[in-house]
Amino acid sequence: MAPAVVFMLVFLGWPMINALLIAFQSAAGDFTLDNVQRLFRDTDFGLAVRNTFLLLAIVIPLEFTLALVMAVVAQSRVRGRDFFLYVWSFPLAISDLAAGLVWLAVFTQHGYLNSILQSLHLIQHPIGFLNYNNLAGLVLAVVLAETWRSISLVMVVVMSGIQSIPAELGEAAEIMGAGAWRRFRSVTLPLLKPTLQVGLILRTTAAFQVFAVVLALTGAGLPVLATKTESWVYEARNYQMGAVYAVLLLLLSTLTTLIYLNALRTPRAVFQR
Amino acid sequence: MLAYGCAVLITLFMLAPVYLIALAALSPTSAIFDYPHVVWPTGLSLENIWSFVTFQGVLPALGRSLVVGGITVVLSLLLGCPAGYAVARYNFRGRDLLQLVLVNVRAVPLIIISIPLLVTFIEWNLYDTVLSVALLHTAITLPFTVLLSASVFIRVPGELEEAAMSLGTRRFGAVIRVVLPNSITGLAAAALFAFVTSWNEVFAATVLTQKSTTLPAQVVSQLSVSPLPFRFAGGLALTLPAFVFIFFMRPYLFSAFRVGAP
Repeated sequence: MAPAVVFMLVFLGWPMINALLIAFQSAAGDFTLDNVQRLFRDTDFGLAVRNTFLLLAIVIPLEFTLALVMAVVAQSRVRGRDFFLYVWSFPLAISDLAAGLVWLAVFTQHGYLNSILQSLHLIQHPIGFLNYNNLAGLVLAVVLAETWRSISLVMVVVMSGIQSIPAELGEAAEIMGAGAWRRFRSVTLPLLKPTLQVGLILRTTAAFQVFAVVLALTGAGLPVLATKTESWVYEARNYQMGAVYAVLLLLLSTLTTLIYLNALRTPRAVFQR
Repeated sequence: MLAYGCAVLITLFMLAPVYLIALAALSPTSAIFDYPHVVWPTGLSLENIWSFVTFQGVLPALGRSLVVGGITVVLSLLLGCPAGYAVARYNFRGRDLLQLVLVNVRAVPLIIISIPLLVTFIEWNLYDTVLSVALLHTAITLPFTVLLSASVFIRVPGELEEAAMSLGTRRFGAVIRVVLPNSITGLAAAALFAFVTSWNEVFAATVLTQKSTTLPAQVVSQLSVSPLPFRFAGGLALTLPAFVFIFFMRPYLFSAFRVGAP
């Protein structure tokens, strides 16, 4: 028991505190706020923040809606359900880098999307989805790739939540005359709140760190906070700036977590029967 | 049959990109210049895969990914299983808190621990080594291993161990002879999960290594200078383990991610 706890404290707990320390130090070791100032004046800082939030704001509602649809479909005992679930779980084991590369084949200049559109005579010339100045195209590609990659995880979370809702409640509502949509809105959704809360916290924290998908699809065309962090550390070898970005990410994740905890609070009484 | 239609559409969405990358990777290299591409195979070739695999640095990186994955699995199990056993069998003070912490550790951003650990590893002279990546991967997978192994051990009735102990073995012997054989499949799932997590992890691997790259880190370092067929072949190579993994993990998927109402 103890070795595991010690290990995690050393490799998980201590680094978190260390990150805060490093972020506020200069290379020589004295404490300073210089790094923070540099952060706000960094090239692409504003872009990186905007892009990160933009991606977040689109991907998360999209994924959760889709996951709810998938979970409801999976509940409804269609033929071939096991096969569907097997296929829908594939992306769980795919790395974000692979996901980015997979969708690269689709969105690149002479890729499959342009090929299909051209063959159907919907376009005259290939569309430069991934051109550095085509914000809409870049965002579309990253949103699709990110959603595709992580929908499985959200689906699994939502499904395990739906499965823990007792069937009698839905049946009782049905007997009282509620249609499918009404049942969903008044029975399923409220009881899903704890599940949604946890799922949102985990997914949002992960979304702040979106890295390899963006890198594979856009190179440096769509800066996000994680790619900025990596370039400071890997290319510029400036660990202090990397730490500052990391601390910013931690702050943003903590903030959204607190918002979710507050907004999706469920009073204990709901679960007492 | 709206439900069925939705299911089919979603399945197509899931499968299409995988089919396409396989097509792109397995077509002749010259096909990259054909436009528009056709979505059915017009001639399969292993050229792209071959040039990817024989490209300098790729095979060693692949080997290193295997080594890192292996070390991660071993360490994660060695540290995690005893902890999981303790959680399953003993009711100690702080057990609930521990479980809560373990579940919530997933919410800690990987980036916030990678950077300081990089600095620490440099100080410990471990920078750019396979060991450093393995240590970090172990740290990430340890909570899962503890929780998964706990849920596996709980399913083995305590009475079996007590029966074994009343026949003369001590607790350790009872564990080896009774608990472990009954939990092999669950522990295998935990090992598989740890391995795949390590295999796929890209941010920390990129940041912690320079020359001793794992496969994802190697591909990242060459992303901007590699030709498209190379990248597609790399994408396919990184994707393949997923199918094997999901096939074996299916029964455990829901218990591993269960976050239901209290």
